[in-house]
Amino acid sequence: MGYTENELAKDLENQEYKFGFVTNIASDKAPKGLNEDIIRFISSKKNEPEWLLEHRLKAFSIWKEMTEPEWAHVHYEKPNFQDITYYSAPKQTKKYESWDDVDPELKETMAKLGISMEEQQRLTGVAVDFVMDSVSVATSFKSKLKELGIIFCSFSEAVQEYPDLVKKHMGTVVPVTDNFYAALNSAVFTDGSFCYIPKGVRCPMELSTYFRINEGGTGQFERTLVVADEGSYVSYLEGCTAPQRDENQLHAAVVELIALDNAEIKYSTVQNWYPGDKEGKGGVFNFVTKRGICEKNAKISWTQVETGSAVTWKYPSCILKGDHSIGEFYSVAVTNNFQQADTGTKMIHLGKHTKSTIISKGISAGKSQNSYRGLVQIHKNAEHARNFSQCDSLLMTDECGAHTFPYIECKNSTAKIEHEATTSKIGEDQIFYCLQRGISEEKAISLIVNGYCKEVLNQLPMEFAVEAQKLLAISLEGSVG
Amino acid sequence: MITINNLHASIDGKEILKGLNLEVKAGEVHAIMGPNGAGKSTLASVLAGREEYEITDGSVDFDGKDLLELSTEDRAREGLFLAFQYPVEIPGVSNVNFLRTALNEIREYKGEESISAKDFMAMVREKSAIVELDAKLASRSVNEGFSGGEKKRNEIFQMAMLEPKLAILDETDSGLDIDALRIVANGVNTLKSKDNATIVITHYQRLLDYIVPDFVHVLYNGRIVKSGTKELALELEEKGYDWIKAEVDAH
Ligand SMILES: Nc1ncnc2c1ncn2[C@@H]1O[C@H](COP(=O)(O)OP(=O)(O)OP(=O)(O)O)[C@@H](O)[C@H]1O
Ligand SMILES: [Mg+2]
Repeated sequence: MGYTENELAKDLENQEYKFGFVTNIASDKAPKGLNEDIIRFISSKKNEPEWLLEHRLKAFSIWKEMTEPEWAHVHYEKPNFQDITYYSAPKQTKKYESWDDVDPELKETMAKLGISMEEQQRLTGVAVDFVMDSVSVATSFKSKLKELGIIFCSFSEAVQEYPDLVKKHMGTVVPVTDNFYAALNSAVFTDGSFCYIPKGVRCPMELSTYFRINEGGTGQFERTLVVADEGSYVSYLEGCTAPQRDENQLHAAVVELIALDNAEIKYSTVQNWYPGDKEGKGGVFNFVTKRGICEKNAKISWTQVETGSAVTWKYPSCILKGDHSIGEFYSVAVTNNFQQADTGTKMIHLGKHTKSTIISKGISAGKSQNSYRGLVQIHKNAEHARNFSQCDSLLMTDECGAHTFPYIECKNSTAKIEHEATTSKIGEDQIFYCLQRGISEEKAISLIVNGYCKEVLNQLPMEFAVEAQKLLAISLEGSVG
Repeated sequence: MITINNLHASIDGKEILKGLNLEVKAGEVHAIMGPNGAGKSTLASVLAGREEYEITDGSVDFDGKDLLELSTEDRAREGLFLAFQYPVEIPGVSNVNFLRTALNEIREYKGEESISAKDFMAMVREKSAIVELDAKLASRSVNEGFSGGEKKRNEIFQMAMLEPKLAILDETDSGLDIDALRIVANGVNTLKSKDNATIVITHYQRLLDYIVPDFVHVLYNGRIVKSGTKELALELEEKGYDWIKAEVDAH
């Protein structure tokens, strides 16, 4: 029997954003604004090598020439990039010798996030890297991973300890010039995670990072780089929360995945940034560039459960470069109240016999707007490439919107592309049926929605799936109309 | 068990139930028959608490409680069960998960502890045997892709799991083959006790050979217009409804 619906029961009391607290830790932050001096400040704070500073400055000059994209089906007041703090670190940035040295306030934050490290450490299985605002504060299980030659650390640490690896791969999947937010991120990124799995190694545990925006008026620009060397395997989890604030916060991350021959990367995200209040005030702008490249016979799967953020702009993509490589995208995107999401994927088929699968489930409630935007591109040499896409939309009210923008570009006649799309409204009959069996309306909705998303939720590791289901339930409470 | 007094209900401004009276005591089986569109399913929906209907007059006492004051889910938790004429599909939600959720909600309402996975599975095995429901169906998504007959059987399986005080079966016999009819009837009879009651809505006297009713009522034009014992069903089968309509319309 599934781990599913029942376990949610007790957690449904929480109507409001559960993670909306602020941690009181003195922080070390840069003055507001963006210019070369700020970039130099960040770079020197992080004690970076010269090449990285140059990389940042180059990105900055490219970014200055770019304009913010407007093609997405979202409307928002553009951030004032001079009114953002680009560097904010909890003051106590020294490396912790042991878990006991960690600031108690910080521990409490983690406990509130439901990822108490003490617990995590006892319960085996998940190694956590925790990024608050801009700096990675603690990483567990490192030594155990080290025995296998696996590197899992903060991005800054990787720059210091493994500069060659970073220099070799950074920016190879998402170049500086890729897009407005990616260029911005490349100029000002502060921290993030780095992961390297050596040849033939199967990472024995889920690697996980929790991101949290804490400081008011700060942007979070983290950078994640995962390199899976030939024949290796890793499952990587990413969770995100932010406190409740009236102003909008900007989050512009870049994630690059590199799967070398025969390697496999599973990348799962549960995104629960603060969505703004019921009137649409506040909330995180989530403008993220995520992309992976697959060499021969490699596989990358993106699984995302997106329930948070005021505005989401995100298209985790796969470049299927090697023959027989596989790209997958499983997504649940929930929008409620005034949230707007424009999300989807790009599957770029370059190699022969490459295969991609896209399963997208959009759920819109309140007055929200939810769009799927996807591109399937089959290049000239991609003989026998295959794609299957399924995009379903579920509407909870009459006032919300669901949109599907599938783009297909096919330059090889041997390709096989299938696309299915459905739109349905949550059934009064289904809800009545549940009520008649004694199930409350909230739980009925949660059951129905979880059933609807099952194909995607099944892709998540167990602990994450339970969490994701709770989030779905919480974000949709009182949403049927 | 349940006393319905002068019940009036309408939908979209149209009155469907027009002063309906009915009393069912614990341990009894009542059959409700009547022509298409008479209001039989409406009665079932109104009792179950479907929101689209407006109750304009009358009262319903359910085991000492004012039924019309209770929410839909609380009616179910108090022990009212409706086997749907058209059971609903819920894709992606397994039957067992659905039932476990329901069962635990009912238990919580009664202040009881939730059922352990082990006890629950034992119960699933026991109850699915009563209606000879294939174990595979129990773990499939609720009614999704079930045949018409399987859906009906699944309704009775759910009833067996939830052990209601009052079960209303709305045309559970329609769409069943002869063997399934016998099995479903058998299930209902097995679950019958002196503490619960059943209302069977049907068009066919055949079902009543298997589930023998204590009383048979004719619902016509929003009212119970004739009541009798099981012989009434035989008479209806033979003569149809015209003589009753004539009787009613003469008044
Ligand atoms: N929304 C509505 N607006 C107007 N009339 C309605 C509405 N819904 C149902 N009705 C009518 O209510 C009447 C009673 O319907 P009901 O389904 O209760 O009949 P029934 O006795 O169960 O019939 P059957 O034997 O065919 O199942 C019918 O005439 C039907 O058309
Ligand atoms: Mg009917």
